[in-house]
Amino acid sequence: MQSDGQRVDALPDGAPSGPQEGKWQKPRISRKSLMKCCLVKWIISNTAPQGPDSSDGELELSMVRHQPEGLEELQAQTQFTRKELQSLYRGFKNECPSGLVDEETFKTIYSQFFPQGDATTYAHFLFNAFDVDRNGSIRFEDFVIGLSVLLRGSVTEKLRWAFNLYDINKDGYITKEEMLAIMKSIYDMMGRYTSPSVKEDAPFEHVEKFFQKMDRNRDGVVTIEEFIETCQKDESIMSSMQLFENVI
Amino acid sequence: MAAGVATWLPFARAAAVGWLPLAKKTMPKPPVDKKSRSDEILIVNVSGLRFQTWKNTLDRYPDTLLGSSEKEFFYNEDTQEYFFDRDPEMFRHILNFYRTGKLHYPRQECIQAFDEELAFYGIVPDIIGDCCMEEYRDRKKENQERLAEDTEAEMATDVPLPPNSTPRERLWRAFENPHTSTMALVFYYVTGFFIAVSVIANVVETVPCRPPKGSVKDLPCGEKYSVAFFCMDTACVLIFTFEYLMRLFAAPSRCKFMRSVMSVIDVVAIMPYYIGLVMPENEDVSGAFVTLRVFRVFRIFKFSRHSQGLRILGYTLKSCASELGFLLFSLTMAIIIFATVMFYAEKGTKGTNFTSIPASFWYTIVTMTTLGYGDMVPNTIAGKIFGSICSLSGVLVIALPVPVIVSNFSRIYHQNQRADKMRAQQVRGRGASSALALFTHLSLICKCGFFSPQDHDSDSAALCLKNRSSFEHQHHHLLHCLEKTTNHEFTDELTYSEMCMTESVGYRTSRSTSLSSQQVVSSSCCPRRAKRRAIRLANSTVSVSRGSVQELDTLQVLKSSAVPQSRSSLNARTEDLKLNCEQRDYTAAIISIPTPPANTPDESLPPSPAVPGILRNSRSISSFTHETVKISSL
Repeated sequence: MQSDGQRVDALPDGAPSGPQEGKWQKPRISRKSLMKCCLVKWIISNTAPQGPDSSDGELELSMVRHQPEGLEELQAQTQFTRKELQSLYRGFKNECPSGLVDEETFKTIYSQFFPQGDATTYAHFLFNAFDVDRNGSIRFEDFVIGLSVLLRGSVTEKLRWAFNLYDINKDGYITKEEMLAIMKSIYDMMGRYTSPSVKEDAPFEHVEKFFQKMDRNRDGVVTIEEFIETCQKDESIMSSMQLFENVI
Repeated sequence: MAAGVATWLPFARAAAVGWLPLAKKTMPKPPVDKKSRSDEILIVNVSGLRFQTWKNTLDRYPDTLLGSSEKEFFYNEDTQEYFFDRDPEMFRHILNFYRTGKLHYPRQECIQAFDEELAFYGIVPDIIGDCCMEEYRDRKKENQERLAEDTEAEMATDVPLPPNSTPRERLWRAFENPHTSTMALVFYYVTGFFIAVSVIANVVETVPCRPPKGSVKDLPCGEKYSVAFFCMDTACVLIFTFEYLMRLFAAPSRCKFMRSVMSVIDVVAIMPYYIGLVMPENEDVSGAFVTLRVFRVFRIFKFSRHSQGLRILGYTLKSCASELGFLLFSLTMAIIIFATVMFYAEKGTKGTNFTSIPASFWYTIVTMTTLGYGDMVPNTIAGKIFGSICSLSGVLVIALPVPVIVSNFSRIYHQNQRADKMRAQQVRGRGASSALALFTHLSLICKCGFFSPQDHDSDSAALCLKNRSSFEHQHHHLLHCLEKTTNHEFTDELTYSEMCMTESVGYRTSRSTSLSSQQVVSSSCCPRRAKRRAIRLANSTVSVSRGSVQELDTLQVLKSSAVPQSRSSLNARTEDLKLNCEQRDYTAAIISIPTPPANTPDESLPPSPAVPGILRNSRSISSFTHETVKISSL
């Protein structure tokens, strides 16, 4: 290889080592071209110590870390007090040391509360509702902003959040298909063993009732205005909105 | 994971806002959380080492000492801290359990000390994480074996017999422990001598002696001096028979004695002689008779009574049975494979030794064990190649299980050495050490007995009450909200199948387990067999037992905490210290409402009190608000 090396060095830097345009040059065995050879690459890659890219995907998340914004910024963005934020973060950090929750973990966590049914579909929708910037993981800011709306927000803000949850593709309209998907996922959480047992068309009927109530102009979709307006007129919904305020 | 679950519950509850616009029924009231929300830092002083932690951390496991009000007993008002006079090093691990939810076993600590600490702090060892569980179990087993051996050794040593023992018992003791009396010792050596004589006679009688006058051929000594050998044999057999009958007589349990290995060996050793006496001098039968004489060599096994090393070897082989079995199996596989290959490789050669596959077995065995007699060798190139592969693999296959057997033997041998040393020590320092060992052993038993099941029953009543922690209330409320949203209730598999069966009849005889009881002293506990999603809510699981809810009579509402305990359980895993509130029939919460006779499973239940359904929370005393009360159907 010494001679090859010398040969390479002897070549002027600007001289192309590969074939020139229109002129076929005899392929030279230089170090560069040798390195480009696939076989050589394969041998070297197999004998070299395995790099970090060969580790499996599950390690990736643990190497990605996220630090949240400062306490003051979060206080400004949410309605939580300093102490509440501190307590929330401690719990969050304890569970997710990397600072991020990915969808699989989220589904696992949420499913634990509904042992009888299958909560993964609903958890998926919930995940998308929390993950506002759609980057596939929930950071602490997303988490705490979502919680702030749910627990300390005004009724309108909560309704807006619920609308955002139902609107799967976030286009501003709830179609029957979207609502049906949501409803099915909720009924899935009930599981098989319910009394009375869940009939096949129960979600569908429920969606029909919902649309009957919400869709004022009968155009097949529910817009945010229709939604908020109808909910504000409904006594039971308005009264139940305060239910979860003392959760934290 | 209880820590995790507890942290995420508020989030799950907040997310329930998403169900509100869809709910078919009105949502139930949330449980009132009496505790103050702000967290505080507690100081725990363990023998001078101060640990500080959030109160919430300790509250994660409300059935342990630190998580419950039991720690108040250790509170020191002067210093405003909780003082424990225990090992601070161990406490580190205990506290880490609260923090991370996983209990680890520190390898450098003594297993008994660790167990005692766990027992003190009320933590069940079952929750040791998988990373440390194996080590923990191994150490524990080893310790128990050692303790068992020690007690056995103590009892088996030369403790003087009780004064009024029968001659039979004395005889048995003499046989089992020859060191007790001189007579026993003499007998022991005499039998040993005769065993040796018998074995040597067996061996020598086959040696060729000089032929008697007038004959050319060499004769085995057994035939030349047949009378002498016969007399010696008779004498030995008489002694052995006498010994066997004595042992049989003295044995406390004759059946057990007859089944034991040593007695079988004894019988096998003396049977051939008697059979030989009985059998006629028949040509055909004498062939079989000769085979029987082979069994006389088993007399050598009688030496195992005299030699401890032999016993250890036997015990090792027994304990390594699985490794030996594996060795045998893998060898058999390899032999068959290689024999087949060699046979077909050598098939073409003229005059080959590999006449059949079974014939090739011999070659394969000799090659794999690297003996290489050379009576069968491959001639073809293929045969030679496969032959070399065969010998290489043989080395590997045999070398693998052997270290396991060796290590087992070493462990057992050392244990025996230890037992011997202890025995020798006890003979010297008699009394004190054994008493001490016995005492600690008994105290250990006492401590373990402390956590025996009967204790659970008496305590679990109190625990049941206390451990309706707020976490569980909140979780129930969440599930309740879901029920309301979809207007269906959770049941379990049994009720579901019952329901399906009785649906056609029209009677809802299902003991609908989604009854909510009135308050904290819940009378409705339904057992959940949620095998599908068995969550480990660690020490704070709710197991709700079914049943006596159905016998509901009078409505009584405790104003203190009108917590609607809706439904039931979450998890199937009930810990020992946990709630099996089966028969928690706290009469405080019994409800009576006249139930209409015919109950039809009706999906769209109008919210009226007379409708069969489930009893719900009502705030008012003995009056039912319309939309929230339904009646249980019996």
